[in-house]
Amino acid sequence: MSHMNMIQALNSAMDVMMARDPGVVVLGEDVGYFGGVFRTTDGLQRKYGEHRVLDTPITEGGIVAAAIGMAVNGLRPVAEIQFADYIYPAYDQIVSELARIRYRTGGEFAAPVTIRTPCGGGIRGGQTHSQSPEALFAHICGLKVVMPSNPYDAKGLLISAIEDEDPVVFFEPKRLYNGPFDGDPDKPATAWSSHPRGNVPEGHYRVPIGLAEIIRPGGQVTIVTYGTMVHVCLASARGLGVDAEIIDLRTIAPLDVETIAASVKKTGRCIVAHEATRFAGFGAEILASIQEDCFWHLEAPIQRVAGWDTPYPHAFEWEYFPGQARVSAAIKATLEAS
Amino acid sequence: MSSIPRSRLHVPRPPARPGEAPDFSYVVLSPAGAVERPDPNAPTSQIEYLADSMVRVLDDDHRAVGPWNPHLAPSDLELGLRHMLLTRIFDDRMHRAQRQGKITFYIKSTGEEAVSVAQCMALRPGDMLFPSYRNQGLHITRGRKLVDLMCQLLSNTRDMCKGRQLPVMYHWREGRLFSISGNLATQFPQAVGWAMAAAIKNEDHVAASWVGDGSTAEADFHNALLFAEVYKAPVILNVVNNQWAISTFQTFAGGEQRCFAARGPGYGLPGIRVDGNDFLAVYAVTQWAAARARTGAGPTLIELVTYRAAPHSTSDDPSRYRPKDDWEHWPLGDPIERLKSHLIALDAWSEERESLLIRQCEEEVAAAWREATTYGTLSDGPQLDPDTMFDDVLKERTSNLERQRRQLAQERAKP
Ligand SMILES: Cc1ncc(C[n+]2csc(CCOP(=O)(O)OP(=O)(O)O)c2C)c(N)n1
Repeated sequence: MSHMNMIQALNSAMDVMMARDPGVVVLGEDVGYFGGVFRTTDGLQRKYGEHRVLDTPITEGGIVAAAIGMAVNGLRPVAEIQFADYIYPAYDQIVSELARIRYRTGGEFAAPVTIRTPCGGGIRGGQTHSQSPEALFAHICGLKVVMPSNPYDAKGLLISAIEDEDPVVFFEPKRLYNGPFDGDPDKPATAWSSHPRGNVPEGHYRVPIGLAEIIRPGGQVTIVTYGTMVHVCLASARGLGVDAEIIDLRTIAPLDVETIAASVKKTGRCIVAHEATRFAGFGAEILASIQEDCFWHLEAPIQRVAGWDTPYPHAFEWEYFPGQARVSAAIKATLEAS
Repeated sequence: MSSIPRSRLHVPRPPARPGEAPDFSYVVLSPAGAVERPDPNAPTSQIEYLADSMVRVLDDDHRAVGPWNPHLAPSDLELGLRHMLLTRIFDDRMHRAQRQGKITFYIKSTGEEAVSVAQCMALRPGDMLFPSYRNQGLHITRGRKLVDLMCQLLSNTRDMCKGRQLPVMYHWREGRLFSISGNLATQFPQAVGWAMAAAIKNEDHVAASWVGDGSTAEADFHNALLFAEVYKAPVILNVVNNQWAISTFQTFAGGEQRCFAARGPGYGLPGIRVDGNDFLAVYAVTQWAAARARTGAGPTLIELVTYRAAPHSTSDDPSRYRPKDDWEHWPLGDPIERLKSHLIALDAWSEERESLLIRQCEEEVAAAWREATTYGTLSDGPQLDPDTMFDDVLKERTSNLERQRRQLAQERAKP
C-alpha cells in the first residue's frame, strides 16, 4: 500500500499492466518523452521504450483508428485523448468502428482498446477544456464507459479496462487528480494522502467494471452519482445531517441498475447528480430506470442535479458547476415532498 | 543472425534534448535572394520548387535582395516594426499578469511576430482572417484596441466573449477576425468555406487561416487542402512551423521526410516555404498568394519556418523537453532584431528611435492595462452578471434555460 493521488494511481495501473503483458502499449499526444500534460504517463517511456509508449501526431481520429488496428493485431492499446473535449475528432472511429467491430463480424474480430481521457471542469478551462461527454458514449452500444471518483477505484478500474475484451472509454475527472473536491472553490484542496481511498496497493488488483458501490449507507434518501459529484454529494449530505445512501456508479455503462433499484426501494426517495449538462444527460437514463423498477416504492418525485444546458463558461465556472447549494436544495425538496 | 530485412517501427526524435547542445542542422536554408519568383498565375506543376526551397529576402548584412523583395517604403517597415514590438511587449505584460494571478492563462507568440504582422499587412482590410491562438499580432496589426484584448483576457464586464472563452480566444467581427476555437485546426477548412462563398458571391475578398505544425496532423487540415484545391478557393492556408507542438517535435506531424509546404503540391496547389522570421519575405509571399487568390488562380499553402521561443502556454515548462538555450541558436534569428537591423542599414532607423518606440509601446500597454482592470478582473469587481451565462446558447432563451436562470438566481440569493 502507498498513498497515491489519482494521477499516480492511473500511472501505476498502466505500469503494472505493461510489466505483466508485453502487448500493452500506450499512445497519445505528449504521452511519451514528456509523460503527458497531466503527467499521467510519466516515466513509462523511459521504462518500457519508445515502441510501447508512443508520442503521436495530433489527430485523435488517427490515434483511435491506429489503436483499433493494433488491437486487431493482438496488442492491448491504451490511447490517451489529451482532453475529453478533443475526443470528437475521434468520434466516428469510436462510434462507427470501435464499438461495433465485434458485432458486425459475428464475434470473429474484436478491438479491446482502452481510451483514457480527462474530463470535467474546475480548472478554469473554459468551454473547450471542461466538458463531460459521458452520455454521448453511454448511448453507443458496444462500449463500456467508466468514471472513477478516487485513486483506489481509478487504478482498479483501469486495470480491469485494459484486461477487458471490449472497448472501454475511461473518463478521468481532472478536478479529482490531486485530491477530493467538495464543490467549494474557496476551500483549499485536500490531498488524497489523507483520504482512505488514496491508499492504493502497489501491485495488481481489479475493481470490476459494471458494479456500483454504496459508499455511504443510509435510509432516508438515495443519491445516485459518479465522478467529482460523489464528493459534493457526500459533503451536502453531511452538511444537512441527512441519512442519505450514496451510490457511486463508477461505471456508466453497463449500468448497475440492481444496486440503484434496491436502494431506492429501501429509501423511497432519490436524487441523481452529475456535472454534465442536464438535458438528455446520463441522469435521464437513471431516472427512467428507477421509474420502471421502483415506481410503486417512490414517495417523492426524483430530483435531478446537473450542469446547466449551456456550454461551460470560463468566468462562471462555479455558477455553472452543480455545487453543494444545488445538491442540498434537491435533497431538501425530495425530503419535503410527500 | 538473419540477413533478411524486417519491418521496423521508426520513431522520430528531436535533434536535441535538455542538457544537450542545440542542433538545427536539419533546417534547410536557401541564401537570401536565391529563390526565383514566378508569376502568381503560374500553374502548380511549374512552381513545385517553391515548396522545397526557402524564400528569403534579408541577407546577412541586413539588406533586402532578390526577386522577392517587396520594396516596402521605410514608413511601412517602421509600422511593421512597431506592430511586432507592440505584440511582444503586450505578450510579456500579459504573461506577467498571468503569473500575478490576474488572468488564468496566456499564450505568447514570442519569436514568431513576423508571421501575423507581415501577413496581415500584406492583406486588405476586407479579407477575412481565421486565426489560431498564437496570432494576436493580427488583432494588433488590424488596430484592435489593446484594452479590448485585455478585457477578454480578464473575462471582465467588457469581455467580447462575455466570460465564456479561455483567455486569448478573441474574435473581432468588424475587424474581420473570426473566433478561435479550443479545438485545433477547425478554422482551416472553415476559411476555405468562407473563401468559396466569396467566389460564389463574386467578391474580391480572400480568406486566410493559420495552423501550427502539430495541427497539420488533424483531418481538418487535409479537408481544407482538398476543398481549397477542388474549388480553387481564394484562400491562403498558412502553416506556422514553430518546430514544437507542446512537447512534441514537428517531425511527429510528418515534417521529417518532406516539409509541410510540400503537402500543397500533393493536393495540386502550390506550397511555398518561407523564412518566417524575415518580415520582408513573409510579406512578399503573402502578397503573391493574395494576388493568386484574387485573380482566380486559387489557393496557396504557405509554410512559415519559425521558432516558438516561449513556452507553449503559461501551463507549460519547455525545459523538460528541449535545451534551455535552444532559441538563442535558432538559425533564422529574431524577426524584430532583423527588421530593426534592416531599417538601420537603410539609414532609416537608430537605436535611439528604437528605445523611444519601445518606451511608447510599454506606456501604451501599461495605460491599456490600467484601463482594462477598471472594468474588472476575475477576482475584483465590477463583474459580469452570471445571468448572461444563459444568453446566446440559442438566439432565443428556451424555457429550460429560463428555468435554470431563475434557479441560479435563487441559489445565489441564499447565504
Ligand atoms: C483537437 C485538439 N486536440 C488536442 C488539443 C490540445 N492541444 C492544444 S495546443 C496543442 C499543440 C498544438 O501545436 P501546434 O499546432 O504546433 O501549434 P503551436 O502551439 O506550436 O503554435 C495541443 C496538442 C486541442 N486543443 N485540440
